[in-house]
Amino acid sequence: MDLNKLFKAMVVALPIMAISACSSTSESQTDATSSMSGSESSEMNAGGGVETGGVAPILTPEEQQRIKYQELRKEHIIYFDFDRSSVSSDFSEVLNAHGEYLLEHPNVRVMIEGHADERGTPEYNIALGERRAKAVAKYLQSMGVLPSQMSIVSYGEEKPQDFSRTDDGFAKNRRAVLVY
Amino acid sequence: MKNLGRWLILGLAFLTIPAKAALDIVITEGVDAARPIAVVPFVWQGSTPMPQQISDVVMSDLTRSGTFKPMDELGLPQRNLGSLAQMDLKAWSNVAAEAVVMGTVKPYGPDQYLVNFELIDLVKAQMQSGGPQSASDYLLDSRETVISGAQFRQYGHRISDIVYEKLTGIRGAFLTRIAYVVVDHKAKSPYKLMIADYDGYNEQMLLRSPEPLMSPAWSPDGRCLAYVSFENKKAEVFVQDIYTQQRTKVTSFPGINGAPSFSPDGKKLAITLSKDGQPEVYVVDIATKAIKRVTNHYAIDTEASWTPDGKALIFTSERGGRPQIYQVTLASGKVTRLTFEGEWNLGGSISPDGRSMVFVNRTNGKFNIARMDLETRFMQVLTTTRLDESPSIAPNGTMVIYGTTYQGQQVLAAVSMDGRFKARLPVGQGEVKSPAWSPFL
Repeated sequence: MDLNKLFKAMVVALPIMAISACSSTSESQTDATSSMSGSESSEMNAGGGVETGGVAPILTPEEQQRIKYQELRKEHIIYFDFDRSSVSSDFSEVLNAHGEYLLEHPNVRVMIEGHADERGTPEYNIALGERRAKAVAKYLQSMGVLPSQMSIVSYGEEKPQDFSRTDDGFAKNRRAVLVY
Repeated sequence: MKNLGRWLILGLAFLTIPAKAALDIVITEGVDAARPIAVVPFVWQGSTPMPQQISDVVMSDLTRSGTFKPMDELGLPQRNLGSLAQMDLKAWSNVAAEAVVMGTVKPYGPDQYLVNFELIDLVKAQMQSGGPQSASDYLLDSRETVISGAQFRQYGHRISDIVYEKLTGIRGAFLTRIAYVVVDHKAKSPYKLMIADYDGYNEQMLLRSPEPLMSPAWSPDGRCLAYVSFENKKAEVFVQDIYTQQRTKVTSFPGINGAPSFSPDGKKLAITLSKDGQPEVYVVDIATKAIKRVTNHYAIDTEASWTPDGKALIFTSERGGRPQIYQVTLASGKVTRLTFEGEWNLGGSISPDGRSMVFVNRTNGKFNIARMDLETRFMQVLTTTRLDESPSIAPNGTMVIYGTTYQGQQVLAAVSMDGRFKARLPVGQGEVKSPAWSPFL
C-alpha cells in the first residue's frame, strides 16, 4: 500500500520534473515579465518565501517498468488505418501495459469498444468496429489474458470522437477503446 | 422584467420555428425538367376562415415528386375557380400547363368539411376550345369526400396520389411515412427514433435512448418498425408497434445483432449475427424466434435485404476482398455476385418492381448513392453529395431517400431514380440519419 502511494507520487512528480526541465528558459522569461509588471501571482506566491528541492528516488528496473506501464495505461485508445483492423506496432507498448495489468489482476474485467469512421454504411461499420475490438482482444489473449476478462461491443460509426468529418477526424474515430 | 419577458418570447419563437420546419424540403436540382401543372387554390365556401389550404399540400407534393412543376399562383388566368363549370376556357387557352387541379371546401357539420376536387386535362381542353365540347372528354377525375379538421394534410396527400397516378400511370407515394434516427450529442439522452409524414410533417418520437439506435426498417403493413438498440450496452434487435408502442426483443445474441429487414410477408427478419465468429446473415422467425443461418464465410457478410418475391436476399460481403453486393437464393443457398464496378458497393436494396438495385457506391474514395439495372447491369451514380449512406426506396420506386452530410452535419436527402431531381431535408437540432421509407399506407 505504501509502495503504491510512492508510485502515485512519482507518477505525478516525474512529468512535472520533465516539464520544468524542458521549459526552464520560457519560465524564467515569464517570471521576468511578471515581476516587472508586478502581477498578482508574484504577490500570492510571496507566502513564507521558501522553496523546496529534492531528488528522484532510485528505482529498480521492475519499478521503472511498472511506472512506465502505469503511464501507458492512461492511454486506452488504439487507432486503426482506414478499412483496417490490424493492431499497429505503434500501440503494442500500450497494449502490453494493459495486458500485464490484466494478467496481474485476473479479477479485473475490461470492455473493448470497437469504432469506425463515418465512411461506408452504418451496418458495415458495425462489422468493421467489431473486427477492430476483436483484434485488440486477440492481442491481449495472446499475452495470456483470460477471455473471461474481456467483453466486446461494436458501436460502428454511432459514437464518433471527432465530428469534423475530415481525414484527421476520421482517423480519430477509427479506434478501439479499453474501458475498465 | 418587461425586457426579460421579451427575451423569453423571442427565445421561444426561436425554439419553436425550427421544430415546425424540422424537415422542410429544399429542392437543389431538377425543377427545370419537371412538367408544368396548374393547381388553383381551393375555394373556401364557409363564413369563418378556412382551417388549412389543401391545395398547398397538393402543390408541395407535386413539386417534391420532381415530376411536376406547379405554376406560380399569380400566373393563373383564373383564381376563385372551384369547378369545371366555372372555367373560362378562353382565358386558359395560352396557359402552358398540361393539367389543372381545382376544388372547393365547405363546412359540413361540427369539425366536418366537404371537399370536392377536379382534375382537368388542359391540353385536351385547349384543343377542343371553339368546337363542340363534352366536359367528360377532359375531366380526368373528380371526387367528393367528407373529412375532419385533422385530415386536411392527409386528404391533400390523397388528392396528390390521384393526380400523380392519373397523369403518370404510377401510383403516388405521398401518403407515406419516413422513419429516421436523430442524434443530439449534447443531449443527456442523445438518440431518438422518429417517424414523420414523408414530407416531414407530423414528426413523432417513437423511442429515446442514452445509447445508439440504428437501422430502422418497416414491416410491409407499415405498422411495425424493427431497429437495433444499444440500451443494454449491447446490440439487440427490437420490433415496435408504432400504434400501441408495444416492443418485442427479437434477438440478443453475443456480438452483433444488426441490420434487420422484414420479409415481404412480414413474418421473418433477415438480420446479421456474429455469435459464431464473423458477421453472418440469418433469417429469424419473429413469432417463434427460430433462427436459420443463410451465409457462411470467414469474411464480413451483413446488411441483407429481400428480393420482392421473398425467395432471395441481397447482402454486402467482403468475401472478394472489398465490400461488394451478392445475392443468395434462400432455397439453394447459392451465392452470386451482383456488383463489379467501383471500389466498394454496399447497403443494397431492390426496387419494388424488382428491376433495379439501389446501393452505396465508392468510386475514387467518394461515397454516393448508385442504381444498377439488374438486367443490363448498367450502373449509374445518382448523387453528388458527401458521405452518402442508408438509401431507402419509396414504395412506388420513383425516389430514394438517404443519409448524407451537408455543412458538417448529417442530414437526409432525396434523389429521383433517374438522378435528375435532387432535394435536401434541412434540420434543426442534431444529426439526422438512417431514413427508412414506409410502404403504402
